[in-house]
Amino acid sequence: MVAATPTVSAAELANIARTLRSHVVRMIAAAKSGHPGGSLSAIEIITALYFGRVLRHDPKNPAWPDRDRFILSKGHGVPALYAALAESGYFPVTELMTLRQVSSRMQGHPVQGLTPGIEASTGSLGQGLSVGVGHALAARLDGKSFRTYVLLGDGECQEGQVWEAAMTAGNYELGSLTAIVDSNRYQLDGAVEDINSLVPLDAKFESFGWRVIDVDGHDVGAVRVALHQARESHDVPVCIIAHTTKGKGVTFMENNNEFHGKSPSADQLQVALSQLAE
Amino acid sequence: MTTANALPMGLATREAYGQALLEVGTANRNVIVIDADLAKSTFSWTFGKVFPERFFNIGIQEANMVGIASGLASSGKIPFISSFAAFILCKGFDQLRMGAAYPKLNVKVAGSHGGISIGEDGVSQQSVEDVALACALPGFVVCIPSDEHTMRAAVRAAAEHDGPVYLRLGRPKTQIVHEAGVHFEFGHSIEVRDGHSLTIVANGLLVAQALLAADTLARKGIEARVIDMHTVKPLDTAALERASHETGAFVVAEEHMHHGGLGSAVAQALVAGTPAPVEYVNLGDRYAESGKPDDLLDKYGMRAKNIVSAAERVLARK
Ligand SMILES: Cc1ncc(C[n+]2csc(CCOP(=O)(O)OP(=O)(O)O)c2C)c(N)n1
Ligand SMILES: [Mg+2]
Repeated sequence: MVAATPTVSAAELANIARTLRSHVVRMIAAAKSGHPGGSLSAIEIITALYFGRVLRHDPKNPAWPDRDRFILSKGHGVPALYAALAESGYFPVTELMTLRQVSSRMQGHPVQGLTPGIEASTGSLGQGLSVGVGHALAARLDGKSFRTYVLLGDGECQEGQVWEAAMTAGNYELGSLTAIVDSNRYQLDGAVEDINSLVPLDAKFESFGWRVIDVDGHDVGAVRVALHQARESHDVPVCIIAHTTKGKGVTFMENNNEFHGKSPSADQLQVALSQLAE
Repeated sequence: MTTANALPMGLATREAYGQALLEVGTANRNVIVIDADLAKSTFSWTFGKVFPERFFNIGIQEANMVGIASGLASSGKIPFISSFAAFILCKGFDQLRMGAAYPKLNVKVAGSHGGISIGEDGVSQQSVEDVALACALPGFVVCIPSDEHTMRAAVRAAAEHDGPVYLRLGRPKTQIVHEAGVHFEFGHSIEVRDGHSLTIVANGLLVAQALLAADTLARKGIEARVIDMHTVKPLDTAALERASHETGAFVVAEEHMHHGGLGSAVAQALVAGTPAPVEYVNLGDRYAESGKPDDLLDKYGMRAKNIVSAAERVLARK
């Protein structure tokens, strides 16, 4: 288990990120199905949240009412989250290898109420930000200080519901809500720009009343700084646009959208693991 | 007589869908195809790469896609729209209601990866209620072909039919149940095996399982009739009425939840005509989970052996 020390350095975070990446490729290879590309692009974001002292949470008490909420709206990236939850102590690391098997808690997409630490059932894209608005409203109603983080895919932002939620959060000035867009520039069938472009994404969120922070999504120190800046924001919701590479960390998966939803072969797994060990 | 063991493996019905789209699109320039970032999974891309000017991959926006289809159909086009069944029906339902069913428009809806046989992706992508939802749209034809031949025929029939159609496509490769030139019409079931002890009514993946079950039953001296009820709406009530008189007991097998699918439709029809005991093979009133397709069909009881036990139960009630 990786302990989150109070003063965890960027180098330590980078090490944790490498561990999570190895889990992800192992799990998906063992399951012979899953989504490596979008799991690997989100690793630094999830590492900073769980190990960079951003989320206030208690793995021994997942239902703690005052915990910060993290909602993985791009549910197909869940291997990355399972790896972080296991390394945080929510469940044994050995359980990761049961991904996608019958009777496993490691479902192919997140299932609320089944897996400790999972806050929402997702996998039908476009819904998580609305759920985040609900948590942020509940915090305001109850006078609680917990914060809510929602991770979205860039392709996912094509869904209209994302913008309904963005409009509501902006108009209600939900300062405790942070959206993070894993902007890896690809969706399932190809490049986001070719299919239905989001450009300019920052201006869209800004025009809906959000503060926008751009960050290199693989500079884990910079991602942590951005998340801490968002923590300090209380007047309006913050959107962090994390510029990432799909398949990051495994050369033959990087920017190769074949690995959006395909598992590595046994040989490819060995190559991937050796690259991640370097 | 068709025996299940001899059935050859064919294409996934989604792959046959793509081939047939290309065929109807070649014959009719009014055919327009739209997908929502699943074009390679639904095989609508088979059409898209040949007719890029009549193909739109609009990204992850299923409700918008249905609305666009409504406009295209209102302006004289024949839109075929596809995504996973779970997304196109659940996310596009109001748009289907207001933009296709109510105005009686010529919108063709293809819901792929139907049922739980999509497997490992789990509940969010498994469509177990699409037939119920589609049947709840007045005027829709609702069709779940069992193999590649009837899928191709269904796409041709959908292109010819003036009005909204829902087709469910499957992810896994599927055994071939029918002859290539099988006569196919919406609302006309296909008897794939005759028998007089009871009738198994099935569609989709469960037709092959029904044939397998009929083989097992035959070894026990029970002669099961097997009907491929590919169209749930409009339902072939004449075939059910005949089967009720001639066999007097039914098993209805489908890859769907218990409520609102083929089982409900058959029971409703029988009660209005010549009632007979019915047993069901379906998912029940629940969701499934992640797992290999075969493991899931075993665990959730949608196999030949489940049809055999249901047949024995219903015969005891006859
Ligand atoms: C509503 C909905 N439509 C379609 C899908 C199928 N699907 C799964 S992942 C994906 C692409 C997602 O792209 P993006 O949000 O950019 O995620 P990433 O690139 O991080 O994998 C699609 C279309 C889905 N899960 N939900
Ligand atoms: Mg993306």
